[in-house]
Amino acid sequence: MVMTLEVRDLEFRYRERPVLDGASLEIGEGEVFGILGPNGCGKTTLLKNLNRNLRPSAGSVIIDGQDVSEMAKKDIAQMVAAVPQANEIRFAFTVREIVAMGRMPFQRYFEGESGFDMQIVDQALKDVGLYDMRDFHINEMSGGERQRVIIARALAQTPKYLLMDEPTNHLDVNMQFEVLDLVHRLSREKGLTVVIVSHDLPMASRYCDRIALINEHKVMCCGTPEEVLTPENMRAVFNVDAELSVDSKTGKHTVLLHGVSY
Amino acid sequence: MSRIPGKRGRILICAAAVSVILVLAVLYDLTWATYRISFGEVFDVIAGNGTWGNRILVKDNAQRVLTGALVGAGLAACGCVMQALFRNPMASPYILGLSSGASLGAAVGLLFTIPFIPVAVATPILAFVTCLATMFIVYGIAHVGGSSHTETLLLTGIAVSAMMSAVVSFLTFIAGDKMEDIVFWGMGSLERAEWADIAVITPMVAAGIAVMACYSKSLNAIMIGDSHAMDLGIEVGKTRLILLLASTLVTAAAVAFVGAIGFVGLIIPHIFRIILGPDNRLLLPMSAFGGAAFLILCDYLAHMVTPGYGVLPIGVLTALVGAPYFIYLLRRRRNEVGWS
Repeated sequence: MVMTLEVRDLEFRYRERPVLDGASLEIGEGEVFGILGPNGCGKTTLLKNLNRNLRPSAGSVIIDGQDVSEMAKKDIAQMVAAVPQANEIRFAFTVREIVAMGRMPFQRYFEGESGFDMQIVDQALKDVGLYDMRDFHINEMSGGERQRVIIARALAQTPKYLLMDEPTNHLDVNMQFEVLDLVHRLSREKGLTVVIVSHDLPMASRYCDRIALINEHKVMCCGTPEEVLTPENMRAVFNVDAELSVDSKTGKHTVLLHGVSY
Repeated sequence: MSRIPGKRGRILICAAAVSVILVLAVLYDLTWATYRISFGEVFDVIAGNGTWGNRILVKDNAQRVLTGALVGAGLAACGCVMQALFRNPMASPYILGLSSGASLGAAVGLLFTIPFIPVAVATPILAFVTCLATMFIVYGIAHVGGSSHTETLLLTGIAVSAMMSAVVSFLTFIAGDKMEDIVFWGMGSLERAEWADIAVITPMVAAGIAVMACYSKSLNAIMIGDSHAMDLGIEVGKTRLILLLASTLVTAAAVAFVGAIGFVGLIIPHIFRIILGPDNRLLLPMSAFGGAAFLILCDYLAHMVTPGYGVLPIGVLTALVGAPYFIYLLRRRRNEVGWS
């Protein structure tokens, strides 16, 4: 069976106002998939519906053949991990304590972390390069480090799917590359399917295998960066004069933003 | 990178210290009777060979000490849970106005006898109802968009608390010959606790803390953010509701019988969080034991500080100790409190 994440005619209303109005997608195994669109287009809402943090008004989300609306939240968390938008953490949890929380979907009420759990936790810490900082306090770390801790926590869930909401927000430029390089590498090495919500066109074009463009609460188009990020589409959705090009030094995609489109 | 002493060491030292302090506090507090008996005499009674008179005295005192332990444990556990739920180290049953809310119901219970229902049962039920209402008012106003700012939370607590206190004052004013009862109870006192009360407080506090303990792991995830907790498979809305109900139950039980005793729920979890870190699986039981020890110690002191006037109401003492700590939090730990 092919492992896929399918969105079928998803509708989501917030107090009668439509946020998603019939969105359909199919995301394949091992893909890095970008969901792009302007602010307020419903892309974060779409992401939150994928692991049932929100429940749709109509339509369904099917993961590996199972409808998420019929699954327990805990069972979903065993397959799908997520990195929410960066937030401040005031409490002095250590890095290792936070990452160990990733094992919660696999534990019973009073069960603590087993030796096996801690092996997974330590591997996740090594994957993101934070093993040496495992005893640091999360509230004393930089934004980029904190983001990597949360990614490690998600990896500790040993997920098949990783959902990321604006993973590069508030990060310095070098950190943005570092975080996305890391996720891209993990996807290639572990066959992890990654879904990234972003409004950063150059970054998305560089790292995503396929992209869905969301506009006015609908999926406007879906495909490879070449298919989707055409000057016409970017003008229509983002109101910018832009073109997809290839970075001569790295050979990777980037988007040149010329300015506002008039 | 290891810190000294290691985490395990700190946990053991802390647990040992709390146990010793709790046991000593209980034994010393038992020495206060209508007149004071000696530590040795208390020990004799516990060993089973005290004099007849001392046995009665100690048994009598045990009501006060046990109530103090239950109330202290309950309030500290509530504080621990609420600070985590609101992601705010300033949260506590007293500061969020819950104690005032429960006071209203309890005052009604003390003033008006309801036919066929004994006061010891009616009072905590009424306290629970008004406490619950207060909880939803404060939570509804202050918790917007998944988090609560310290300012909004404290101000809402103050405003709602002021309203509830005004109604309690009104009831006190029209209380007639029951006025003294209400005033004394309002200051927070363990003096009038009886076995019948303990029979009601014990299941309420025990059930509340048991529920909190079941959710202490989920609470850790909620502390780092609601969306994090949801991503980890926790039904956040349900968990929050259950924990708020448990906190309300425990606060109502405490307030109904001993009045509004403040700051226990604020200080104790905060101190233990500094020593042990924020893991609620550890923090919750430690806070409960620590809260019990703290309140009994306060009771011991309350018997000592005003020799000419009888026993100082314990709420006065906890406020005298706790309010400066609250101010210290505001001044010195602005960052942690989220006070930019």
